[in-house]
Amino acid sequence: MNIIVCIKQVPDTTEIKIDPVKGTLIREGVPSIMNPDDKGGLELALRLKDQFGAKVTVISMGPPQADVIMREAFAMGADRAILLSDRKFAGSDTLATSYAIAGLCRSLDYDLIIAGRQAIDGDTAQVGPEMAEHLGLPQVTYVCDAKLLPNGNLQVHKENEDSVQVLEVEGKCLLTVLASAFEPRYMTVSGIVEAYNREVEVWGADKIDYDETKLGLSGSPTKVFQSFPKAMKAPGEVHEVSEEEAVELIVNKLKEKHII
Amino acid sequence: MDFSYSKTEQLFLQMIRSFAENEVKPLAAEVDEQERFPMETVEKMGKLGLMGIPIPKQYGGAGGTVQMYIMAVEELSRVCATTGVVLSAHTSLCMAPILENGTEEQKMKYLPKLASGEWIGAFGLTEPNAGTDAAMQQTTAVDAGDKWILNGTKIFITNASYANVFIVMAMTDKSKGTKGISAFIVEKGMPGFSIGKKELKMGIRGSATCELIFENCEVPKENLLGQLGKGFSIAMKTLDGGRIGIASQALGIAQGAMDETVKYTKERKQFGKAIAQFQNTQFQMADLKTKVEAARFLVRSAAWKKDNGIPYSADAAMAKLFAAETAMEVTTKAVQFHGGYGYTREYPVERMMRDAKITEIYEGTSEVQRMVIAGHLFK
Repeated sequence: MNIIVCIKQVPDTTEIKIDPVKGTLIREGVPSIMNPDDKGGLELALRLKDQFGAKVTVISMGPPQADVIMREAFAMGADRAILLSDRKFAGSDTLATSYAIAGLCRSLDYDLIIAGRQAIDGDTAQVGPEMAEHLGLPQVTYVCDAKLLPNGNLQVHKENEDSVQVLEVEGKCLLTVLASAFEPRYMTVSGIVEAYNREVEVWGADKIDYDETKLGLSGSPTKVFQSFPKAMKAPGEVHEVSEEEAVELIVNKLKEKHII
Repeated sequence: MDFSYSKTEQLFLQMIRSFAENEVKPLAAEVDEQERFPMETVEKMGKLGLMGIPIPKQYGGAGGTVQMYIMAVEELSRVCATTGVVLSAHTSLCMAPILENGTEEQKMKYLPKLASGEWIGAFGLTEPNAGTDAAMQQTTAVDAGDKWILNGTKIFITNASYANVFIVMAMTDKSKGTKGISAFIVEKGMPGFSIGKKELKMGIRGSATCELIFENCEVPKENLLGQLGKGFSIAMKTLDGGRIGIASQALGIAQGAMDETVKYTKERKQFGKAIAQFQNTQFQMADLKTKVEAARFLVRSAAWKKDNGIPYSADAAMAKLFAAETAMEVTTKAVQFHGGYGYTREYPVERMMRDAKITEIYEGTSEVQRMVIAGHLFK
């Protein structure tokens, strides 16, 4: 089985700082990591490899610095790594990104594509599903478990808000997975030692078939109008009191704040 | 001169830090409290290749560097000094002398199982009357034709009750003094070999520190390590390497106490502000941070020399001396910054202070390090 895993390098931050003028993320000084859902996807691929044998190819689109997550993937157990990197991809929204990555997938031999549910720097959850559309593949999103059945089909558990669906998928497909369901393995020491001796293939746009108008900024219908951090509310106070006491408490609080 | 971590080291740091935080730190207080050897952690470390970091791949190791190995000891000790010393004794005191002095057969027999973590290693030099004066070995090994017969007792042996392979020093010719000491590879279960009492210690309480007892212990002829009469030299070289490991352990303890203190002093409020805002806190912490960084450079420099085949005996002694004394100072002050809470087991600095003390004692006391450094200075 040939498995493609889509991974992305993202800034490691829960406190996203946004440039107030440009409305874009400030990435300077923030360490970069492999996107957690993608790492979960890699873990699923490696589990399938451990159980059933597979060749795991990680692919990513991004600047040359994304090389480090490809090395991390090697050290976890990936067999091949391809980084799609070209100035032509600059300014891509999810549609242009999924178009380019789908183009890369067409150049590879695969049985299964796994992507993370969403990236923590964009939270769109669109790239995986859009790739499936570009490639004409069935897709299962929000996957929390998957195994290969004796008949060659995949049995997939899809996590909904309040239920889990069990689906059987025939033939090639694309899954998007949840980090919480696949605790990623650690890199091994020998994997780390070897990681920089192996080749990360860097592909330019010329290696894939594409329509120029669908790439990069010109292929991106989404324009970000404004980004701003959400104002965080202070946690409230909970008092378990009777109605009469509640009235008194509220009145006192309002007096304290000079509202009344 | 490049002081930064290489790309490989950065990747390794990411892995070992995450392993230490997620797998080791949660057990640290329990391992200390119950004086329990963290076997489950050792098993996990074995699977990831951490038990054989600087061992070449042909002997089943990960093929990494001494630098990576000492980074592992530091990061583990930052959260649990017991786990740090388990790795240090196993790697520096058992695998390293086999790798550096063993025959091809010995390396093939012992290193793969040690590097995979299937076996744990230990080292026996110290005796009741041969501590700092290690030349006063009373354990004897007599040539009995097809085997060696060992008699004597070793004390304070790290990993002892969990180890499968021991590097043991014994006197083969008393008339030759230190040149009459030889090194042997002794396996658990060899006839006449047993583990004696377990020490109850102040710190690194999860580490199994016991006596080794040899009563007409039969050791196969081929288990002589290195040449006959070279045991003392092997032991001293082994301890040179071991000192880089213990220096890293001390560095890790110091860094761990720094981390805890920075966090605590930012949260703890007295007189209406966080105690980190007082200049007394800031100046003392600045001094401690400077010492921790200086210790790190000494440790990395010694490891770099070992990796590059440059003599490092004095460097290792300086690294251990400075890192151990820094660990003691940082942890003592860390407890002081924590006040009454620091004296309780609710906060880890109390354990760290107890753990730090041993780094000034084992694998050569601070006084021995000064002897080694002065010996190089005035030779």
